[in-house]
Amino acid sequence: MRIAVIGAGVFGSLIARELSKYDVDVTLIEKNLDVGMGVTKANSAIVHAGYDDPPGTVRAKFCVLGNSMYEDLSKELDFEYKKIGSLVVAFDDREVKVLMKLLRQGEENKVEGLRILEREETLAMEPNLNPAVKMSLFAPSAGITEPWMVAIAAVENAMENGAKLILGEGVVGFEKRNGRIVKVVTTRNRYEVDLVINCAGLHADEIAKMAGAEHVDLYPRKGEYILLDKKLGGHVRHVVFPVPTETSKGILVLPTVDGGILLGPTAEDLPSVMKDRPLTTREGLSKVKENAKRLFPRLDLSYVVKTFSGLRPESPRRDFYIGRSKLVGNFINVMATRSPGLTAAPAVAKYVVEEIIQGEIGVSLTRRKDFNPFRKGIVHYASLSLERWQEEIRRDPRAGKIVCFCNEVTEKEVIEAIKRGARTLDGVKFRTRAMFGRCQGNFCMPRIMKILERELGTDMSSLTLKSENSWIVDGKVRE
Amino acid sequence: MKVDVVVIGGGAAGMAAALKVSEQGARVVLVERDERVGGILNQCIHNGFGLHYFREELTGPEYAERFKKALEEKDIEVLTNTFVKALDVREKKLVVVSEDGIRILETKALVYAAGARERAFGSLMVPGDRPSGIFTAGVAQRFMNVENRLPGKRALILGSGDIGLIMARRLTLEGVEVVGVVERLPYPGGLLRNVIQCLEDFGIPLFLSSTVVEVRGRERLEEVVVAKVDENFQPIPGTEKVFEVDTLILSVGLIPQIELLEDLVEVNPTSKGIATSNLGQTSIEWIFAAGNCTAIYDLVDYVTYEGEMAGKYAALYAKGERFGPKVAVKAGENVMVVQPNWYDPSEELTLYVRTRKVIEKGRLVVGSFEKTFEELVPSEMLRVKIPRRHLNGLSEIVVEVKEE
Ligand SMILES: Cc1cc2nc3c(=O)[nH]c(=O)nc-3n(C[C@H](O)[C@H](O)[C@H](O)COP(=O)(O)OP(=O)(O)OC[C@H]3O[C@@H](n4cnc5c(N)ncnc54)[C@H](O)[C@@H]3O)c2cc1C
Repeated sequence: MRIAVIGAGVFGSLIARELSKYDVDVTLIEKNLDVGMGVTKANSAIVHAGYDDPPGTVRAKFCVLGNSMYEDLSKELDFEYKKIGSLVVAFDDREVKVLMKLLRQGEENKVEGLRILEREETLAMEPNLNPAVKMSLFAPSAGITEPWMVAIAAVENAMENGAKLILGEGVVGFEKRNGRIVKVVTTRNRYEVDLVINCAGLHADEIAKMAGAEHVDLYPRKGEYILLDKKLGGHVRHVVFPVPTETSKGILVLPTVDGGILLGPTAEDLPSVMKDRPLTTREGLSKVKENAKRLFPRLDLSYVVKTFSGLRPESPRRDFYIGRSKLVGNFINVMATRSPGLTAAPAVAKYVVEEIIQGEIGVSLTRRKDFNPFRKGIVHYASLSLERWQEEIRRDPRAGKIVCFCNEVTEKEVIEAIKRGARTLDGVKFRTRAMFGRCQGNFCMPRIMKILERELGTDMSSLTLKSENSWIVDGKVRE
Repeated sequence: MKVDVVVIGGGAAGMAAALKVSEQGARVVLVERDERVGGILNQCIHNGFGLHYFREELTGPEYAERFKKALEEKDIEVLTNTFVKALDVREKKLVVVSEDGIRILETKALVYAAGARERAFGSLMVPGDRPSGIFTAGVAQRFMNVENRLPGKRALILGSGDIGLIMARRLTLEGVEVVGVVERLPYPGGLLRNVIQCLEDFGIPLFLSSTVVEVRGRERLEEVVVAKVDENFQPIPGTEKVFEVDTLILSVGLIPQIELLEDLVEVNPTSKGIATSNLGQTSIEWIFAAGNCTAIYDLVDYVTYEGEMAGKYAALYAKGERFGPKVAVKAGENVMVVQPNWYDPSEELTLYVRTRKVIEKGRLVVGSFEKTFEELVPSEMLRVKIPRRHLNGLSEIVVEVKEE
């Protein structure tokens, strides 16, 4: 059985990993030069509790299920996940009513541990919150993670278990016979397949159209963010939401797993031609600031590390669109993966493999006895005890050479990232957090380029930031 | 390892400090995280260094070389590629890491000379795409001077301080087309001499009262949008101009690096650097600091003087001498930055002052000291020695510039 998964975002990656538990031939095809660099790269990074999604929706079901899987998943795949809990805060009676609605909704969705907190208890938990708060809804099961690492870790583990990863090839068409897909056509190759799973994120509608399968039209709903410096770490302890609006969960404030603070996102619907343009705007960023200030009036907004934006794959139905195509029998859509997609993805992966492929389609898959569920992350030496770090340096001196001073990343970590597939500066950055600190790579970027040059046996001028044409240096100053 | 003084940072300040410590007969070790000493000087291959200190015009690397040589001659222990992981203030111990492993340095005094870092693009909150091709001047210089690479083909420069101006000339000479320098202030940030020699002589336009309002390019930078700004630096709609460039070089300021001591010592509210006395002593008496981590200096010569001062007093401290009491130095009218933060009568007070605005004729007033200056601009730092007699009996020293 040859299965092609199109798109290595959090959905495609976790589906590939789920499939690698079985005796099948899995090929994950990604048009970018790295995994997890689409929608999965830029979002709020929240593992949602699941009270926000209307009962009965597909996303409500998978959000709560996915949330319950994160703890184990993060241990198996060794990525950061912190179950810090969330608060939705209400400032007036109207907002308090919304809290009550969310509470009922959450209970109906079977979210565990939801509680309404009075003002005092809210402020005790979140001391820097605007004291005008009246009440809050506490969800202990909400957490935070590093979304791209979920995808990277899942793919590493899938590959360890035999899956193949194809990077830098976009799917441009399909060859069909008798209404079934027999080949996936990419910009470079053709792959013979028995089954195709469409996880192409913002572009999943285009892929479905190419295949002649059902689809919903996708358009980007943009969210702009501001990331604040670790110096402010501790100012915010939970994921803090305002009460949601019609279109989104609102502009929120939350800690990141490595101690910074994230503000955002806005919600702005864009035409589908803007699918690859996550632009930030003056208006958007001011809106983020204003709203964050309303929640945390004492937050010092002069400590900006960077601003960015992400695009939600939204559809008019406002729900995930997941299922086997009726028109093309060996084609499965995982589409309209809006929020809370990151949370839902592990549960969706299981559902696709167990209930769609094995159940609905009736493929009988045999479990591999030698499946190894564990993947080890790249060691951050500076976080080890001094004794252990000392040992590691004795074994390999490069573990003692710090290249990124802000985040204390060693040369050994950079080399390890390259061994695991980093080919671009972003590839190193998102795997090691080098260049991710307050100086944004102004010290270490040229040094990391030297390491990439050496390890890949290439020339500096062929290195890129993230994609084929995002070159960094031009010719030589002198020959 | 046990020493009298540890110096953190091997830039101009740290090298000067280490030499001074050793001159005092104390045992010193210098810790540098980069592969060589010299710090930011290594990147500045233009002229203009050393006019005060050596009475000669040197390039950055030449200036650094003289100190490197002296360090070698004096047999001063220098640990390069070594990172200070932690500082134990109570035990006076440092944990340092290198390819040789983790070491503990026990010391009696410390000179912190970690320099400054460039303000990063991300913190400017410029709207638009996030393409490659946006570099700080330091990264661009490193590419050209150390790696022998050009950062692009057509460039725009943001920031008209001396670094931005010199970058414009350098890039032009290396064959990169520089389409302009953008400055948000109504006047250039750097020296007039540099405006003439680096821009006018090459026909590079300077866009004053302007800023970058958007960057465009899905992969590599393609366009930069520049607009005029009002008095509050807010862009004025309708004044946008689009430049087709593949490179944007930023020279938008330096930030003192205070990370290791942050939350431990007092910070100079005017410079955001580590607060020190005129001896270089911080609010923790065994810790001294000097150079760009205390305030951003205009000239490396000044940094050297301050490094020497900190080195001398750190060595004396290690030998058991104690200093003080200190008198606070505060910024008064029209003063944006004043360094040092305290006056210790053990040495004469050398003040470094930046005004808040352009002042055609201004009178510097410090205690009973007065001196008149012409054409004071915020981008040029005043260095003034205040004789002791003007400060006698003051419980607080306010530094003011009165407009005349
Ligand atoms: C602003 C914002 C905030 C969010 N916040 C949260 C949150 O806090 N919690 C949460 O649970 N969820 C959140 N989400 C949702 C979550 O990020 C997404 O649901 C999830 O990342 C979608 O993953 P994906 O795999 O479907 O898409 P992607 O990550 O985009 O993956 C799709 C991949 O397919 C590739 N591809 C596309 N076309 C082709 C082709 N032709 N050939 C080959 N490959 C192709 C793409 O390059 C991409 O890598 C948020 C989303 C956004 C935008």
